[in-house]
Amino acid sequence: MRMNDSGLDGYNFAYLDEQTKRMIRRAILKAIAIPGYQVPFGSREMPLPYGWGTGGIQITAAVLGTDDTLKVIDQGSDDTTNAVNIRRFFSRTAGVATTTKTTEASVIQTRHRIPEKKLREDQVLIYQVPIPEPLRFMEPREIETRKMHALQEYGVMHVKLYEDIARFGHIATTYNYPVRVNDRYVMAPSPIPKFDNPKMNDMPALQLFGAGREKRIYAIPPYTKVSSLDFDDHPFEVQKWDETCALCGASDSFLDEIVLNDTGDRMFVCSDSDYCEERRELGYKGTQPEEQGDAA
Amino acid sequence: MYVAVKGGEEAIENSQRLLEQKRRGDTAVDELSIEQIKEQMSLAVDRVMTEGSLYNRDLAALAIKQAQGDLVEAIFLLRAYRTTLPRLGVSEPINTNSMCIQRRISSTFKDIPGGQVLGATYDYTHRLLDFSLMAEGDEPVSTDELKQMESAADTPRMPRVVDLLNAEGLIETESDGAGTGNIPDLTREPLTLPADRQLRLQALARADEGFLLALGYSTQRGYGNNHPFAGEIRHGTLNIEITPPELGFPIVIGEIEITECEMINQFTGSKKKPPQFTRGYGIAFGHSERKAMSMALIDRALRCAEFGETVVSPAQDQEFVLSHTDNVEASGFVQHLKLPHYVDFQSELELVRRLRKERGDNKQSGIDEKCA
Amino acid sequence: MQHESISLSDHKPLLSVNDISHYYGNSIGCRNVSFDLYPGEVLGIVGESGSGKSTLLKCLSASLAPSTGSILYRDRTDAVHDIYAVSEAKRRMLARTDWGIVEQNPRDGLRLNVSAGANIGERLMAVGARHYGDIRHEALGWLGKVEIDLNRVDDFPATFSGGMQQRLQIARNLVNKPRLIFMDEPTGGLDVSVQARLLDLLRRLVSELNLSVIIVTHDLAVARLLSHRLMVMQRGEVVESGLTDQVLDDPHHPYTQLLVSSVLVA
Repeated sequence: MRMNDSGLDGYNFAYLDEQTKRMIRRAILKAIAIPGYQVPFGSREMPLPYGWGTGGIQITAAVLGTDDTLKVIDQGSDDTTNAVNIRRFFSRTAGVATTTKTTEASVIQTRHRIPEKKLREDQVLIYQVPIPEPLRFMEPREIETRKMHALQEYGVMHVKLYEDIARFGHIATTYNYPVRVNDRYVMAPSPIPKFDNPKMNDMPALQLFGAGREKRIYAIPPYTKVSSLDFDDHPFEVQKWDETCALCGASDSFLDEIVLNDTGDRMFVCSDSDYCEERRELGYKGTQPEEQGDAA
Repeated sequence: MYVAVKGGEEAIENSQRLLEQKRRGDTAVDELSIEQIKEQMSLAVDRVMTEGSLYNRDLAALAIKQAQGDLVEAIFLLRAYRTTLPRLGVSEPINTNSMCIQRRISSTFKDIPGGQVLGATYDYTHRLLDFSLMAEGDEPVSTDELKQMESAADTPRMPRVVDLLNAEGLIETESDGAGTGNIPDLTREPLTLPADRQLRLQALARADEGFLLALGYSTQRGYGNNHPFAGEIRHGTLNIEITPPELGFPIVIGEIEITECEMINQFTGSKKKPPQFTRGYGIAFGHSERKAMSMALIDRALRCAEFGETVVSPAQDQEFVLSHTDNVEASGFVQHLKLPHYVDFQSELELVRRLRKERGDNKQSGIDEKCA
Repeated sequence: MQHESISLSDHKPLLSVNDISHYYGNSIGCRNVSFDLYPGEVLGIVGESGSGKSTLLKCLSASLAPSTGSILYRDRTDAVHDIYAVSEAKRRMLARTDWGIVEQNPRDGLRLNVSAGANIGERLMAVGARHYGDIRHEALGWLGKVEIDLNRVDDFPATFSGGMQQRLQIARNLVNKPRLIFMDEPTGGLDVSVQARLLDLLRRLVSELNLSVIIVTHDLAVARLLSHRLMVMQRGEVVESGLTDQVLDDPHHPYTQLLVSSVLVA
């Protein structure tokens, strides 16, 4: 595909036509009204493949206005290929301002992370969701899972957690860790690390979740209770590292492991690239403060 | 049993003449050359070679041309040819560590020794029809630019990502089965069930891409989930060596292009055994990531017995999977329904008529009325 | 049908079955079945295969809606529910708190991809148990009660023998002290010696827990050993019913006579 920076002729603002956007916005409103409930919607074919963020992209397209500033992250970082690609898509089709700074963004589309910086009321966080159904891996049939949600038959989620503890001594779910929203619906937070789960609770920003292939939208309105499932005697815990970020020295952020060579040397750096950069600008230093070269 | 209609021979001859014309299409349009197919439809060539189990770009391109672009038919043509070839020797096992890398990515670590190499991929293209390709005179990327890109990818050492995990004992160690001697050969012996992993991998390597894709997808949607991560996907070229008995040492006989996928899957373990990730493996000729990844998902799913997992889904049922993977078999049998079945059908027809008649005679109208 | 005074509730039926029929299209599954089941009572339903006993059991256990008729269940608070008239939510709630269903094939009644302990604990977690230690303690206790080695608590059911799987299924059903158990040929498919052990166990648990049981079997020996009362079914209808000894020792209906004599001959 040849790139053309002058925008895309023959396509509406932000790619989708206005009728489709309205349909998606109606689904979003319903989702906000019933926190954690998966609203079916008429997901469209997008020019990116299913599983690569089409749900998030459709929500972003539906809520984006000309005065918005968009940030796109994947694995916490603005410079991973998928994030670059989606950001490029919206700057081509909507011509909106883009940023890598969490504080400057009004709309943030994310895959697999929540920014470290606390979000505000005037921001919207849009998650890309591969499998929206938290009960799926205990019960693959949709007819049954919808019934289980309706009747709040959630015991089976704890069966999974029980099984983890029995086999490993710990709850072994580390990402896409199921939560209960507003004391009602059990919800898949998308494959964010459980490190990020506590950030969902009582968040001032609106959180929207889009699953394109599975055709579902769900939401957590601002300031909503979100609790991670656990046992009284095995309470929910987030990941901890012995290391700190090698670049900025942060000890409170999610760290990516970077393999340096095949003799086992590795370093740990913030997965949230904006957070790390801002800290370094403020003068924080880690053990290996020099910049790493870009990946080929 | 099958009854040939009279005049069948002539009909077939006419049909084949017609097919020749159809295949050629409008003679005012230039005929496709094998070279064009090889160069400009290279991914189709790759698929035909993989599922045809024969690494030969010219013959695969020929098969595609001859089959009018019907890839399953082309695969059939190549297989049918392959079966006639004498076996001159067995190559040395390839080691993908020595691959000359064109593309190599890992989704499990942000950065890896040797780096992520994006290479040529549709992954991050926007799927918008590029109407400029409709116009004549496609302007190629300049060779200078290409050289520059290639040298950028000029490879530092790139150890396999799963080997890094293996060094730490975090993933199961894989045995190459060396020394076990008898590696079965699916192309010469029939598939026997239950099949061990060597045999399963052989079957999956030549299996229909669409079938593996759908089954692999089903595991991701909960029908036999095994929590996959794309540990590494690498694509590039490798030398093929054989060791002629008269020489006693390996010599290079050529170079092939392959795609390899190593999936890192759900860990196993118990109170007694420390947890370890498990593996799924996929490989394909040419550049065929969808195939290699689907294969790796199914390889892992079919290893359920090794890990004490209960078979609950189609993708874990080796008899179901292996019996239906081969598109030459599947296409043949589905389409055989086009053959005459006059006799069988006539027998059924007669029976149904007789049963209906008997029922009418007995006048079991009570039940019939209730029915209505 | 609402709350009545609780006095003498032991003398009120737990389950009242009123004129239940089920048709598959225009063929009969079961027809015009009525009976009452009292607390602590074990009712055997016998008949050859195809006699309608499994269809009837499915109707009774809320897994197959009957074509006509009603089934009334009296819960722990003495409230009476028409189980096919109440909401599905209520029906499913009763099914996982007050009832248990022991399938003929334990694989249909067990969750095969989780351990024995999780299988037993599931119903506790379904009604809100959130303490891992307590759940595990309870699971171990039940493994003991059904005579399964406690070391097997973390093993998958697939690694168990048929008899052990059936005992595990029983433990999984009894863990949260249901009041009414439905069993479909619980000893079918097991060796004779394994059957005997399972029957002993069932008999002991039923009396210890004061369970009410409806058990379907084609095996008159099983029926005699476990049930207080018997219903004999033929072609979808109940042809004879009464106390177990009475029915088996002095059968009145010709079909029952045939059934009893064929056992004697065999």
